[in-house]
Amino acid sequence: MRNRVAVKKFKRSYTDKIFDVVNVIIMLLLLVIFAWPLWFVLIASISDPAEVWAGNVLLIPKNLTLIAYETLLDYDVIWTGYGNTIFYAVVGTFINLVMTVCCAYPLSRKDFMPRKVLLLLFMFTMYFSGGLIPNYLVVSQVGLLDTRWAMIIPGAISVYNMLVVRSYFINSIPGELQEAATLDGANTAQYLWKVVLPLSKPVLAVVGLYYGVAHWNDFYTALIYIYNDKLLPLQSYLRNLLMTAQLTLSNTVGTAMSAAEIEALTKLEQTLKFSVIIVAAVPVLCIYPFIQKFFVKGVMVGSVKG
Amino acid sequence: MSRTIAKKKNSFGARVRRDFRKNWILYLMILPVVAYFIIFHYWPMYGIQLAFKDYEIKKGILGSAWVGLEHFQRFFSAYNFKNLILNTLGISLYTLLVGFPIPIIFALLLNYLRSRKLKKTVQMVSYAPHFISTVVICGMLTIFMNPDTGILNTLRGLIGLESVEFLAKPEWFKSIYVWSGVWQGMGWSSIIYISALAGVDYEMHEAAIMDGATKIQRMIHIDLPSIKPTIVMLLILQLGSMMNVGFEKVFLLQNSLNKSAASVISTYVYEVGLINNDYGYSTAVGLFNTIINVALLLGANLLCKKTSGESLF
Repeated sequence: MRNRVAVKKFKRSYTDKIFDVVNVIIMLLLLVIFAWPLWFVLIASISDPAEVWAGNVLLIPKNLTLIAYETLLDYDVIWTGYGNTIFYAVVGTFINLVMTVCCAYPLSRKDFMPRKVLLLLFMFTMYFSGGLIPNYLVVSQVGLLDTRWAMIIPGAISVYNMLVVRSYFINSIPGELQEAATLDGANTAQYLWKVVLPLSKPVLAVVGLYYGVAHWNDFYTALIYIYNDKLLPLQSYLRNLLMTAQLTLSNTVGTAMSAAEIEALTKLEQTLKFSVIIVAAVPVLCIYPFIQKFFVKGVMVGSVKG
Repeated sequence: MSRTIAKKKNSFGARVRRDFRKNWILYLMILPVVAYFIIFHYWPMYGIQLAFKDYEIKKGILGSAWVGLEHFQRFFSAYNFKNLILNTLGISLYTLLVGFPIPIIFALLLNYLRSRKLKKTVQMVSYAPHFISTVVICGMLTIFMNPDTGILNTLRGLIGLESVEFLAKPEWFKSIYVWSGVWQGMGWSSIIYISALAGVDYEMHEAAIMDGATKIQRMIHIDLPSIKPTIVMLLILQLGSMMNVGFEKVFLLQNSLNKSAASVISTYVYEVGLINNDYGYSTAVGLFNTIINVALLLGANLLCKKTSGESLF
């Protein structure tokens, strides 16, 4: 009997050990798969363009140079886009948060009469929408077409994010606080401003970052609503630079060039693409390690049903 | 009889008035939100009638002539109708088969990692691609798969394989789309499963260990059944958006060579609507897509309710 238990134990630990080893190998492999493309972009952006072109840069940068970044500094349109995107991200996220709280808080109050009807009306829009052209016509009719506000107002609220905030208000703010505040003579606005919002900082941070990242990465809205080059966000310029095969630099340099110069320029242009990816992704990836635990929390709050 | 009705009416009206007096701040707060939803979500729904009209700018939406189902008939008999539907469904099914189970398996494996440090590192790195924009992802794909200088082809060259111009080959498109999506999304999608797994009662695991169950057995017999509600919920949502193949990535990756595979309904709606200015037709195609989506969502919800007792609503 004892023997059989021992055999069982041995067998178990044996298969489990193999499992553990295989598991660790899989995870290390995945780590490489996730990280390497990003790492490659980084090292390619600071390596000698000719070496990158020849495929010699794989794991470590070769012949360190910042020539791509220096070229990028003179590339004005990228910085126009950068400025626009910062505007859209900052102003847009602010409006998103105000609207989201204005929507989520009343809907979280059980004594607010139209709560159920409004919730239903808002959630319906998650599944059913007018579609591209009807939306376009409305934006055009209210005079937002080809203005900065077209990037911000039509997407002023994400119902999903609103539900996340609402469920936080319902589940994480004790109802007794409201009774206490009312007894102390505070009205709804004071209670919301002085009690609820300070207690909701974590969820507001998460949702604010969701909105901010969405604005930063938004390409679609500008494609549909913006025609004026001066108003285009970073992603639109990125698309032109990354997705077109034609030489963009050659136009700026002039027409008289030798074959060798053109070749060098082509190589530089590829490296330029890597550097522009880094410049575009850095703001998001920089704040990311600090806030990733909040992100996870946000997803968990959002998964609470109802 | 008339008294009870009057009383009812009175009581409802009175209730609204009382609620408004008491909660007027809440009403004031939600006013701009309601206005926003009316203007930017419900007003466009009124514009759906374009799908049944021959739109002329001068006459406006109301003044344009009705054409009935003409736009729909045109779409169903269009030369690329079958291709569009097959591409859309093909990409969706591929995504469902590959992209849905992988995050679950990933979460299960992470859950059994003994080293907390490795677990945290893998998690953190795996979420990062989620925050990279579609434009950058597509740019990276284009650079990596360049036939002459792309790293993928350099690597193929190292093991003696011929270079392939992946983005010019329609047969590669679905795989590029789906697997780059897996790379970008699997970490992020796994969060919800990881948090569900954290809630699994550990006593069950202890009992299973006492009975000599291996980790794989515990995974299949304890963890999977425990997170079933989460899995079903997400499956319904995914089934409901089967016809919603993301516009951005397809649009950004399509070119004249791979277009036969890289056209889906959403890119077609954009093309005929905003490039060709065929408003009525574009609206009709979009409406067709939305209706199928809603039907799929309701169908998936019903199916899951019947088979597993779980449902979204």
